[in-house]
Amino acid sequence: METKRILIADDDQDLLFQMKLYVKKMGFEVETAESQKEAEEKLNSYNPHLCIFDLMMENKDSGFILSYKSKKKNPNVPVIIVSAVTAETGMNFSSETDSDHTWMKADLFLEKNVRADQLHREISKLL
Amino acid sequence: MSTLKLLIVDDEPGIRSGITRILRNYRVDYPFLNEDFTFNILEAETAEIGLDLIKSEKPDIVLLDNKLPGMSGIELLEIIRKEHFDVYVMMITSFASLDLAVRATKNGAYNFIPKPFTPNELKTAINDISKHLFLKRVTRKMQETGKEVRFQFLSVLSHELKSPLNAIDGYLKLMKDKQLGNNLDDYSEMIERSMIRVKGMRNLILDLLDLTKLESGKKIQHIESVNLREIAQIAINTMEPMAIQQNIKIFLESNVQTNIQADADELEIIFNNLISNAVKYNCENGSVFINLLQEGNTFIIKVKDTGIGMEASDVEKLFHEFTRIRNDKTKHISGSGLGLSILQKMVNKYNGEISVNSVWGEGTEFIVCLKV
Repeated sequence: METKRILIADDDQDLLFQMKLYVKKMGFEVETAESQKEAEEKLNSYNPHLCIFDLMMENKDSGFILSYKSKKKNPNVPVIIVSAVTAETGMNFSSETDSDHTWMKADLFLEKNVRADQLHREISKLL
Repeated sequence: MSTLKLLIVDDEPGIRSGITRILRNYRVDYPFLNEDFTFNILEAETAEIGLDLIKSEKPDIVLLDNKLPGMSGIELLEIIRKEHFDVYVMMITSFASLDLAVRATKNGAYNFIPKPFTPNELKTAINDISKHLFLKRVTRKMQETGKEVRFQFLSVLSHELKSPLNAIDGYLKLMKDKQLGNNLDDYSEMIERSMIRVKGMRNLILDLLDLTKLESGKKIQHIESVNLREIAQIAINTMEPMAIQQNIKIFLESNVQTNIQADADELEIIFNNLISNAVKYNCENGSVFINLLQEGNTFIIKVKDTGIGMEASDVEKLFHEFTRIRNDKTKHISGSGLGLSILQKMVNKYNGEISVNSVWGEGTEFIVCLKV
């Protein structure tokens, strides 16, 4: 079976490094992007099977823009948005109901500092 | 408890007395408001009398009929908008046509209530408008006291402090779980990165302290006669170790003849900020040119580097608190994003101005004029 490719985007190089390490350990191939711009390029060149995007990068809604673009290109590739936005702004996002999905194209919204085993479970569910 | 002044402009006495009866003992309260509202009611039978009352009594809310004997409701609404009276208008009319609605909304009517209305409909509309009024006042008060700015500042600050904590926390967890095995050497990159993030946090806190002192005005100014060149040299000496690491040369030229009347510490902060940026955002083997000029009572400090430069769109964002220009060339340079807002506040103290010339890939020049 082909090893699944995962694209991870986060503008914090340390969080990116840590996430990459965990996801690689789970047995996936990983490509990283440090900005929305880089991630947009890699969506096309890397053809990931799943994407994990930080929400706030160059733009406050970088993660939303990226998931929109990813879904437009390939609706079957699952997208996870990871963000600290709830802890910092009190804004609450979820991607559970149909109305959430009309504007938020991500399959899952996770809070930052997600535990590795939880992330693994969610990735397995989506793939 | 506070009282809102409410003016009814309607030529039908029955409507006026009806509304008065409904609202006289009515009280608006919401769980989240810390005060409730009652109403002090004024009446006018024509738009002309209404206008006089708006001028003399300054009501908070106007209930306005359109079809009036002289001037129409819409005409009064237009005057209210043109003269910028601080009042919320709710139209009450039995001839509610789409055209009228559009005109009224264009002229700033808050909402509509069609005649005939029930007491409950009126109360609901009044509830809504009072809540709006309250929020607007609170917002204005917050803006006046700078609380809104403060709040934004704090939420960005918490983000800036939390991201390094998250990063360090993540590395510690990786090490605790021995994700890379038992050999400590394999973790040296993680340890190194954690230390860099700790240093970043420390610098942020130091910058923040500078900024707080500046804003609260607690840093006492000692104005004395200061030799600008000497201060520049002190700042150069401070930055020298950092410059040597990248083989960057710093040149100082000055045609300044007289001493400047200023606070030496503040001038040093200005130079430190300018020179450290010129070194940080430079290239290996680059140069920093510092030029001090004097034109009468105006002292000009020019600091030019041969560094990475900026795009024009980035230059605009430069002086906002916590702004850091993010691109491939800056991602390995640490900074709190506060340096230039500190610089700006310092320079403001000397009726000064800062201008920036920058060419992407070639370098940046900061020009600071101090008028003393």
